[in-house]
Amino acid sequence: MLHPTPHEYERTESIVEIGNVTCGYDGSPVLKNISLTINRGDFVGLLGPSGSGKTTLLRTILGAVDIYEGEVSVEGNQVSGRKRRIGYVPQLETIDWNFPITVEQLVMMGRTSKRWWTPWYQANDRELGYHMMERLGISDIAGRHIREISGGQQQRAFLARALVSSPKLLLLDEPTSGVDIKTRDEVMHLLDDLNHQDVTVIMTTHEINAVAAHLPRVVCVNGEIVDDGAPNDIFTPDVLKRTYNADILVTEYMGMKLVAESPHFFGQKDHDH
Amino acid sequence: MFTPLQYEFFVRGLIVATLVGGLCGLIGVYIVLRRMSYIGHGLAHAIFGGAVTSYVLSINLFIGASVWGFVSAMLINLAAKKRRINADAAIGIVTTASFALGVALISRFKTFTRSFDAALFGNILGITNNDLIAIIAVSIIAAIVIFIGYKYLLFTTFESEVAGFYGVPTPWVDAAFSLLLAAVIVVSLQVLGVTMIAAAVVIPPVVAQLLTNSFNKMLILSVIIGALCGLGGLYVSFYIDVSSGASVVLISALVFIVVLAGTTLKQRISSSRLRKSNHHHSSQELDIH
Repeated sequence: MLHPTPHEYERTESIVEIGNVTCGYDGSPVLKNISLTINRGDFVGLLGPSGSGKTTLLRTILGAVDIYEGEVSVEGNQVSGRKRRIGYVPQLETIDWNFPITVEQLVMMGRTSKRWWTPWYQANDRELGYHMMERLGISDIAGRHIREISGGQQQRAFLARALVSSPKLLLLDEPTSGVDIKTRDEVMHLLDDLNHQDVTVIMTTHEINAVAAHLPRVVCVNGEIVDDGAPNDIFTPDVLKRTYNADILVTEYMGMKLVAESPHFFGQKDHDH
Repeated sequence: MFTPLQYEFFVRGLIVATLVGGLCGLIGVYIVLRRMSYIGHGLAHAIFGGAVTSYVLSINLFIGASVWGFVSAMLINLAAKKRRINADAAIGIVTTASFALGVALISRFKTFTRSFDAALFGNILGITNNDLIAIIAVSIIAAIVIFIGYKYLLFTTFESEVAGFYGVPTPWVDAAFSLLLAAVIVVSLQVLGVTMIAAAVVIPPVVAQLLTNSFNKMLILSVIIGALCGLGGLYVSFYIDVSSGASVVLISALVFIVVLAGTTLKQRISSSRLRKSNHHHSSQELDIH
């Protein structure tokens, strides 16, 4: 079980400031009047059901949504429509797995903006890419096509791409979606290691027990910020009901909050013979 | 086989068809991988409208048609990024409206009926030295753009929005690609015709994708396949007296069928061998026990 260790230094330097922001797409607001501060070194989970706006919140930090009111700044700079250079790992469901590229080509895309006018990469870029693949345990599959590797390896390949430019802020959209339990644990431990190396991590998830409950800070999202804090503090039936629009039972085990996401039984009842 | 080579028009046509085939194969890789295969067909129709309008307004045909094609491509990109309209619908609206404008102008002025057939179906006989120069120039420019913009184009083709998050200036890349695409279609119109360009842009990269999992090999193969289909198609059009555009596309379609059949057969043979091998190992294990 993952138990995130608090950082030893004071985390008071903010890296993301969202102030009274209303944002959405094509004139339709998805998130209304949200305010959020992420400090350097934070490890934050954005939790909510499908359509709650957690991905929109992530994209707000990326500068990829229309901002109708308020301001967003990353590292002290306004985003307002400009895309920032932040490490980003998209949802794997959005990827075209038939695209003809190898793991190495994918990872090296993270260095695209360096000397972009040559079709080849410089030696130091190649070294950085190889070092990152080794660090994430995918250097032996560098030459393989992206669809020929496992879900966990795919996730690590996209993570390597995001990290190869040494970003201070890493955003991940549902990084544990569609992977098995072992892979999910590997990914979460990897993110925890990165966080301990001073990378600020913000990820979206809809998995309460499996992921969110293990994070040091969770922001519950449902069109607005429902609550923000440590899981043990904010995982209450009231908060989860407002987040998921459903009754959710909350209990505790070994000091950790556990939720029963669907306290109902389905199927035919057994008859006495 | 060497009989047609004694004719100057044929040699000129041969060079042009080979270059155009290769050029369409090159740009087609990016079109197919962006899943905008219909854009070639649509833009050809739009550029037709632009070419006719340029003629009526006495503007240089290449420049007018290219600008019109570029504006159409940018409008399509813009419309496709809006969530309410799909890319194919955007292409259909922008391009058929342009084509309709061209047809309306032709029917109104009635001065270029003869060229209408050539514009629609291609006519290699109509290739002038100016056309040849234009095609060579666009081929060189395309090679330079794709060489210099290789990394940017690869990333934006794979994940356009995410590329922007990584610092790639995607609006500029899309604009440069749209301009290049418009130029390729303008110079290809005389050889292939409006109705056949889509196939020349789509078939070579699709065939290449059947043969390789590598992006670089797909680029090279698509250019070679496109060029050979152009060359072969022109020879066929000479001997059986059909339009150059139709014969190039028919040869391309034949190549696609042969490669598809070949790759499917190869996969089935591999699967069959694997099944036999697994069955043999299972039988050996049973014998042991």
